[in-house]
Amino acid sequence: MKKRLVSLLTVAAMTATMFAACGNTDTASTDASAGDGAKAGETATAEGGAVELPEDTGKTLNIQVWNEEFKSRVTDHYPGYEEVDATHGKIGDVDVVWTITPNENNAYQNHLDEQLTNQESASADDKVDIFLVEADYALKYVDTPYAMKLSDLGITDADLADQYTYTQDIVKDSEGNIKGSSWQACSAGLIYNREAAKEIIGSDDPADVQAAVADWDKYNETAEKAAEAGYTMCSVNDTYRVYSNNVSSKWVGDDGKVVIDKNIDKWIDDSKKLVDSKAEDTDDLWSDDWAKGKTSKGKVFCYFGPAWFFNFCLDAEKDGTIAHDGGWGFCEGPQSYFWGGTWMCAAAGTDNPNLVKELILTMTTDKAVLKEIATADSDCVNSKSVLADLAGSDEGNIALLGGQNPYEELAKGADKIVLDKLSAYDQGCNEELQKAMKNYFEGNATKDEALDMFKKAIKEKYPNVTTD
Amino acid sequence: MAANTNDIAGQTSKGASVHARRLLSYLVLIIVTFLCLFWFYVLFINATRSHSELSAGFTPIPSTHFIDNWISLKNGTQPVFTGMLNSLFIAVATAALATYFSTMTAYAIHAYEFKAKKAMFTFILMVMMIPTQVTALGFLQLIGKIGLDNNAAALIVPAIASPAVFFYMKQYMDSTLPLSLIEAARIDGSGEFRTFNQIVVPLMKPAIAVQAIFSFVTSWNNYFTPALVLHDDAKKTLPILIAQLRSADFLKFDMGQVYMMIAFSIFPVILVYLIVSRQIVGGVTLGGVKG
Amino acid sequence: MNKKSKVVRYNKWGYIFLIPFVVAYLVFQMVPLVSTVYNSFFENYRAGLMQIGPNYIGFENFKTIITNGDLPTYLQNTLIMWILGFIPQILLSLLLGAWFTDPSLRLKCQTFFKTVIYLPNLIMASAFAMLFFTLFADSGPVNSILMQIGVLSHAYKFMSHVWSVRSLVATMNCLMWFGNTTILLMAGMMGIDPSLYEAAQVDGATSTQIFYKITLPLLKPILIYVMITSLIGGLQMFDVPQVLTNGTGDPMRSSMTLIMYLNKHLFSKNYGLGGALSVFMFIITGILSLIVFKFTGKEDKDGR
Repeated sequence: MKKRLVSLLTVAAMTATMFAACGNTDTASTDASAGDGAKAGETATAEGGAVELPEDTGKTLNIQVWNEEFKSRVTDHYPGYEEVDATHGKIGDVDVVWTITPNENNAYQNHLDEQLTNQESASADDKVDIFLVEADYALKYVDTPYAMKLSDLGITDADLADQYTYTQDIVKDSEGNIKGSSWQACSAGLIYNREAAKEIIGSDDPADVQAAVADWDKYNETAEKAAEAGYTMCSVNDTYRVYSNNVSSKWVGDDGKVVIDKNIDKWIDDSKKLVDSKAEDTDDLWSDDWAKGKTSKGKVFCYFGPAWFFNFCLDAEKDGTIAHDGGWGFCEGPQSYFWGGTWMCAAAGTDNPNLVKELILTMTTDKAVLKEIATADSDCVNSKSVLADLAGSDEGNIALLGGQNPYEELAKGADKIVLDKLSAYDQGCNEELQKAMKNYFEGNATKDEALDMFKKAIKEKYPNVTTD
Repeated sequence: MAANTNDIAGQTSKGASVHARRLLSYLVLIIVTFLCLFWFYVLFINATRSHSELSAGFTPIPSTHFIDNWISLKNGTQPVFTGMLNSLFIAVATAALATYFSTMTAYAIHAYEFKAKKAMFTFILMVMMIPTQVTALGFLQLIGKIGLDNNAAALIVPAIASPAVFFYMKQYMDSTLPLSLIEAARIDGSGEFRTFNQIVVPLMKPAIAVQAIFSFVTSWNNYFTPALVLHDDAKKTLPILIAQLRSADFLKFDMGQVYMMIAFSIFPVILVYLIVSRQIVGGVTLGGVKG
Repeated sequence: MNKKSKVVRYNKWGYIFLIPFVVAYLVFQMVPLVSTVYNSFFENYRAGLMQIGPNYIGFENFKTIITNGDLPTYLQNTLIMWILGFIPQILLSLLLGAWFTDPSLRLKCQTFFKTVIYLPNLIMASAFAMLFFTLFADSGPVNSILMQIGVLSHAYKFMSHVWSVRSLVATMNCLMWFGNTTILLMAGMMGIDPSLYEAAQVDGATSTQIFYKITLPLLKPILIYVMITSLIGGLQMFDVPQVLTNGTGDPMRSSMTLIMYLNKHLFSKNYGLGGALSVFMFIITGILSLIVFKFTGKEDKDGR
């Protein structure tokens, strides 16, 4: 334990010049480590015993991810991380191994399932230490013994106090234990085309636009106006998330039955109407057709998206896009919702608990690191105080939004999100419902036929779920 | 398309002059050639375009990002070169095993008289009818049990039993491999195994070339089974890596890179094909020299 | 060919040469096949991270598949898309094969054309599907060309209509495989004794007559080979429609093939239902292949 502590301190010292503000983490961790460090030497085996962490014995820190986002965050912002090559790094004398499995065809989860269920028999160097999950399927992992309670790692509620509660709701198991932590609070809103707003609403001021889309009735009215002006509002798949984040029942209840919430049903009916009047289209997200709105030629009124959407989806660096000319605006939209975000979970059986704890604390609670992430990567970070800072300063002004500062809206949105109706089946249900309803919107099926198709697909995906 | 070809066949049946028929055939061949080569052109164009250009839709004019795409692919997390070596190794091994052992099996049925012969032939034909995916689940369980999970051998060794290749070899032998030749070899004192290796295999070269390229390409482009079997980045084949690239997150998602990778992975197959194609196109003729 | 010569003492080599095939077959195909069949009698899947089963449930899985009525639909989809692609494919191949082998045509650049036609097969099906997807997108080049020349007034949604999706799948399959078929057919055509053609020409037969009366009948064995392998390949159709429709087989699963359906059950590692589905598919393939054999091979020679 002592040795570990020393190495951590040297690491901190080495990088202290760069991260003068890291004192927060360092003191916190030193306190915690020193506290149990005294005992840990003798009772190294006490896994799970309150905050007594056994000494780190692993030479390798295995991190399971589906893309490079977290890796680049760690590379750029974690003090003491040295990159070796694209999938390897070093923290002190521990080798960090990134296993990247793509999401496509469920490959990431299939792989993670195998890894976690074989965790016990895996050799020390192969044991998963940290794995990342997304909101849509977080419960599938969080509500199992394969993910450690953060409290077992010695992470206290006080450590997490500055985070938005919705980000904790997502990783709460059925007994209410928090089992993951995120550096992102991806509350999102409506990103509108200012030019189109002037034409349709008569103003591009965020407050006026917000008034025109304040709830779904107003939104639908505006959409009809947009259609008359030759615009489409967006794709039905853009609005889906907004509706589905505001449901009043779980997709799959305790009785194992699929329930179509009334807000989802409203999405179906609203969308059908708008598609029929050509106010919305049915493009799949990320498709060529969906991307057409990035230029003014595409005649699209808005996209729905969080902070990361600004930089990565609007092609500001490319001539001729709306973003290039700073032509977008941002408002809260009809209902508050979030999109995206990545949660870190500690895998039960990790042989590097202290390092895992360190990583989680530094990456998701250290204000200095989070501030850096927010400014360097334009990520919407999971810290109330950092967001408040940004909202009140020019640092938060974004060029492609015509200089608008969206952080106040983003923070407001993040506060309002309530996610107490999550189930482990959300990912499959959301995907399959959108796919099935596309048939209804495009006139290839009646609503009932499309719903039957949805139920069929759900039963194929989750054989243990009933639909009638 | 169906109606089209019918018309053409109908026209020829009216006994047009050789001249007109030749013109027609050139016309059709040129259209066909265009349809065949067009895709390579599109791939090339797309590989020269950046992600944002690609998301703006297709244009037939090349752009300037060829090198950028190549560099970002080369420096990305995808082990493209290892992937290519893996693909190459698996495809070559598969093609070699499939053709060699199918020839051997076909030879066994062709040249020898034994009780189970007819039953065996029918049996193999029946085997051919089982779609590979049908047994995919059982196959996965099996390789898990015998420790071949995440091992390229699980993709290579099964190629020894390739009923379709066998079937082709058998048909080919029926028309080109006279038993008298084997008799003669025996009289010269050649052992059976040696006869097979030194006389039969060389005679079968054209058929082997055809089936080798078919097996090579099938294996090179196979995604279904390798994706289920291989898990380590260091062992993955190109189609899996392409799928990974396509499912990258929004931060790294770059269609320019995807197309570059596809172009990159097609290039060696074209090369291999062009090298062997003389064999195939010529070999097909050779098959006819039988009297 | 004289088979009844002194080969008897060599005949044990027949068995020896069969060993590799049989062993590889038994291990890598028979064992999985048997375990697939065995699995089909069990409830056996993953729910989240939890393993359900295996619990013996008799014919329950088979009953599920029969009663939900999906299987005939997907079989029909598969066959429609196969036939839609195979007919032009075989006609084109026959035509090209006939032209290439017709000495009176004396086509130039034959090697070039013969080389080129196989090239599409080198593109991965999934990559090919991606290209189609881009070209036929609502705002893609095909739509804009059609709109420019005035065929369409507004973009046609190729991915939202039953027959356009099916036709795209069929076109892709045809393009990918006609070169392969042509090569095989040419091999067969070149094997036909040239003296037969000469005799026919002396008798004053037109080239069309020669094609129907001589080439086609003599080509039968290779045609059967092409038919059977293509049918089997067609029943295994997967990646083209999978990528083109993003795994949905939409609109309303009208382009969902049998293997795509099987693939759905791999998501939940549903060995039970997947196994039962596999058994059905084996039976279907067997029956269809037998029909093709029966129709085409009536007067075919024995197993030799």
